[in-house]
Amino acid sequence: MIDMTPDLTLVITAAVLVTVGVYLLLERSLSRVVVGIILIGNGLNLLILGAGGRAGRPPILGGPPGATSDPLPQAMVLTAIVITLGLTAFLLAMAYRSWQLNRHDEVQDDVEDRRIARLAARDRLAVADLDADDTSTLEQEAEEARDETDRAVALVDGPSDERPEPPEDRR
Amino acid sequence: MNDWSWLVPLPVVLPLSGAGLTLALYRRPRVQRIVSVTVLVAVLVSAATLAVLADRGPLVAEMGSWATPVGISLVADRLSTLMLTVSAVVVLCVLVYSLAQDQGAGEESAPTSIYHPTYLVLVAGVANAFLSGDLFNVYVGFEILLAASYVLLTLGGSRERLRAGSIYVVVAIVSSFLFLAAIAAVYAATGTLNLAHLAQRLPQIDPGVRLTLQVMLLVAFAIKAAVFPLSAWLPDSYPTAPAPVTAVFAGLLTKVGIYAMIRTQSLLFPGGAVDTVLMWAALATMLVGILGAVAQDDIKRLLSFTLVSHIGFMVFGIALSTHAGWTAAIYYVVHHITVQTALFLVTGLMERYGGTLSLSRLGGLARLSPVVAVLFFVPAMNLAGIPPMSGFLGKLGLLQAGVANGTPLAWTLVVGSVVTSLLTLYALVKAWNKAFWQTPPEPLPAGPVPPGMIGATGALVTASLALTVFAGPLYAYTGRAAQALADRTPYIQAVLPEGDRGTGRSAHLASSPGGAG
Repeated sequence: MIDMTPDLTLVITAAVLVTVGVYLLLERSLSRVVVGIILIGNGLNLLILGAGGRAGRPPILGGPPGATSDPLPQAMVLTAIVITLGLTAFLLAMAYRSWQLNRHDEVQDDVEDRRIARLAARDRLAVADLDADDTSTLEQEAEEARDETDRAVALVDGPSDERPEPPEDRR
Repeated sequence: MNDWSWLVPLPVVLPLSGAGLTLALYRRPRVQRIVSVTVLVAVLVSAATLAVLADRGPLVAEMGSWATPVGISLVADRLSTLMLTVSAVVVLCVLVYSLAQDQGAGEESAPTSIYHPTYLVLVAGVANAFLSGDLFNVYVGFEILLAASYVLLTLGGSRERLRAGSIYVVVAIVSSFLFLAAIAAVYAATGTLNLAHLAQRLPQIDPGVRLTLQVMLLVAFAIKAAVFPLSAWLPDSYPTAPAPVTAVFAGLLTKVGIYAMIRTQSLLFPGGAVDTVLMWAALATMLVGILGAVAQDDIKRLLSFTLVSHIGFMVFGIALSTHAGWTAAIYYVVHHITVQTALFLVTGLMERYGGTLSLSRLGGLARLSPVVAVLFFVPAMNLAGIPPMSGFLGKLGLLQAGVANGTPLAWTLVVGSVVTSLLTLYALVKAWNKAFWQTPPEPLPAGPVPPGMIGATGALVTASLALTVFAGPLYAYTGRAAQALADRTPYIQAVLPEGDRGTGRSAHLASSPGGAG
């Protein structure tokens, strides 16, 4: 059985790295975010390494019993390191491209999102309702339908005189 | 009986080899196209074959013949192969669509030579995540598909895409880190990462630790699946990508998260310890998502919000933790992959005709192109759940499962689902009215639309209708998949036939080290 007590230094280092990384991750500048991601990635790699048992023992079978550590976490750490490396490279390229385009690498807000939020603050519709802003009322539409019986009824009713002119033919 | 397990790695290996080949052929776009289409057809064939074979029992392939708890195993059971088959159909349609788009002249977002390799890598990542029987390999699958998605999302490197891309990339990396931390903790607690082995060992560890591990994994998957309150990144980043890229992201990437959640909740942590929380999250996802959709003007953003909203339906089904709930959830995932992808493809067509995706500026598309109108209308009504289409069947299954559950919270969810369906109908009908029926404020610069794009979209819409026509056999299949999830033993026995180890040849290495066992 492998001694599973993790090394305290390893755990504390991992905790510090992740803490600092999270702080940097909350920044707006992409290059600081990259540094934060590198730190968190390294912290987590140490965490995985710590999951393999007591530090300082070779992950090689065949030694005296109890003197080996688990090789699997080391294999996983290698994969994780490679993945973090690739992602860091990609993020750096993005930060550089952002600097090329904008002369800074700060992550911008979504313009469309802002626009909708402003409209919401003013209590306006996001979609301009083209059908709603024509001025015809139900009565005008009835007028346009030109039903003789309707007209007869409308003439009997009083308010028909106040009816505005029907709008010119739009269709 | 023949041993068909050699088929299992094909959906991962084929696209990866294809990616290498297309990268080498970057100077010959025509050959690239042929290779990509051939590879994806082969993936579809192998996935469909696996889905048929897996109905008899899970197929297991051990990588490099390393025995299971140490080596990596790929497992094809009903759930994973069903997901794989649907994904293969979708990625093939989207590829044909983007090829046709490529041929249309003057396209600002013309796929460059890097498009094909990246796209195939994405497919390989999705297949790996679905098939993997090992938690760390699931992580690797996620990273493969995410890395490919970063490239696809920032294709061209314009200002807007870079803005969207940086948000997307950072959020995805954070979720991957959470997943990685969870993996480290799981390994420290149990000494294994094989899913079947974990299913045996996790019940033996301290319940408090188990709950922590479960929550960590679920949070990581919930970010990927865009479950509220972890969903804000999705409507921000998806709409800026080219139409085929958005379509394949919307169809597949969130569903990989949902698939991982189903596995976690069924295989690793049965007993439904966090079902109440998941139910509330599902309700919030549905309502917040659809209210966001109602407010939008840009149709791609509107669809992105409906995507978030309908993730809530699937989480609802998962959180019910019953056979009926899982059956309906799996069916709903299948339905949603096809329908949401089809809708995003149609927006690409609309952009071709209208030159814009703003609902205020679009109009009269129904007169301009009745075909596109039909292609939008059918999946839109399907998404809203109009009978007799597959969206209705999936929702009906979820509602029945919720009613059968009977708790007040489940009833709240049932009401919430119905309200969400109505609001979906409202949002989509509004989009329909604005884009297809209203008189356009100014004449639209109707561009030419290659018939291949319409054909690919039409094929996907037909596929989504086929889900309705063949709903009986399909629902029975998802029912059997859910039954296997609830039983757990078929999966565990297939992976670990000899109690605690697989059938690989590495005999002397197979005794698993460490762990709390």
